[in-house]
Amino acid sequence: MIDLLSIFLIAGGLFFYCAGTVGLLRLPDTLSRLHAVTKADNLGLGLLALGIALQIGDPLSAVKVLLIWLLVLAASAAGGQLIAQHVVEQKEETK
Amino acid sequence: MTPIILLDTLLAIILLVLAVVALHSENLRQSIFVFIVFGLVTALVWARLGAPDVALAEAAIGSGIAGALLLAALRDRQPGCEHIEPRPSWQVLTVTYLVIGVGLTASWAFLDAQASRSGPAIGEMVQAELAHSGVSNPVTAVLLNFRAYDTLLELAVLFAALIGVMALGPERSAPQAAGPLVSHFVAWLTPLLILAAGYLLWVGAHAPGGAFQAGALLAAGGIIVRLSGKSGIFPKGAWLRVLAASGYGVFLFVGLAVMAGDNAFLQYPSDWAGSLILLIEIFATLSIAASLLLVYLGGYPNAWMEDKESQHA
Repeated sequence: MIDLLSIFLIAGGLFFYCAGTVGLLRLPDTLSRLHAVTKADNLGLGLLALGIALQIGDPLSAVKVLLIWLLVLAASAAGGQLIAQHVVEQKEETK
Repeated sequence: MTPIILLDTLLAIILLVLAVVALHSENLRQSIFVFIVFGLVTALVWARLGAPDVALAEAAIGSGIAGALLLAALRDRQPGCEHIEPRPSWQVLTVTYLVIGVGLTASWAFLDAQASRSGPAIGEMVQAELAHSGVSNPVTAVLLNFRAYDTLLELAVLFAALIGVMALGPERSAPQAAGPLVSHFVAWLTPLLILAAGYLLWVGAHAPGGAFQAGALLAAGGIIVRLSGKSGIFPKGAWLRVLAASGYGVFLFVGLAVMAGDNAFLQYPSDWAGSLILLIEIFATLSIAASLLLVYLGGYPNAWMEDKESQHA
């Protein structure tokens, strides 16, 4: 049962990673690409982390995996905002 | 093929592709980013090879700090210098890669021949003497006890490089203000980095970790705090220079002090080995962190501080 749930979560995570990557490759400008990657990859990583955490017997290690996900969430929010800010500033300069 | 061999093959191929792209990209910025990814994949490869100590060091120094230094160097270049010319011709490239391939194959054959020769394996010798080293992590035992001389010289090399940067480095222009979200993130991340560095330093005695990995994490904390225009709890001014020199100094002092007994240079008495190694590692960590931060700042310990900016204004 837990295995099935894990497979489902990890498969879902991979799907969101694929969607994010397609967005990164296909969308026209930096801001929309950023939009695709930050949303889809964070969700994908979360599902992946949940799926893996279920497979770890030790609850402490499972919590560690989820904490790593939180750390990545915060880092990508800050990083995404930095890139977006840079893009906006460049647009204002060229106006 | 078993899945794990598939994974290893995939990692090896990705590593090679990243290396080629990093070397031949038309754009320096792109090269640097690919190089950073190359460092991360290298760390994965080291982990797969069963060398977590090296993997940690590669991720923290080879990818993180080196990436930050390269990006800072790129920023300091004149505008319009991002494209490098002229590119080598394809004949030159073909010959280069052929030579590299033949060289690698030859060294593999050589190492294989060496390994099949009989003799005491180094790993077994380390395991036999581990009980006397004062630590239970064989990597730390080699780095700080059996071959402490090498590590002492590594710190000396880092110190010499730092003196070079401090003597010759140009002053770096202050980075742009990064905005509120990033400064909150920095305020949140820095304590975690310090905690992780302390953990890596402590755990190095019996598990993967140690002074270089911990020092690189601390340096990363110092760099992001300084990038946001503050120094936080990280030392500045003359203290940063003193700390940078302290790793080499304490190591040398301990090495000489044990000679007061009937020991050779750097031959710790067995009872004291654990404590002496911890003492050396603490100062090595602080000194590596201070050195890397100073190198990133171009050798100016007070660079980019906001109060200094207001003095200029």
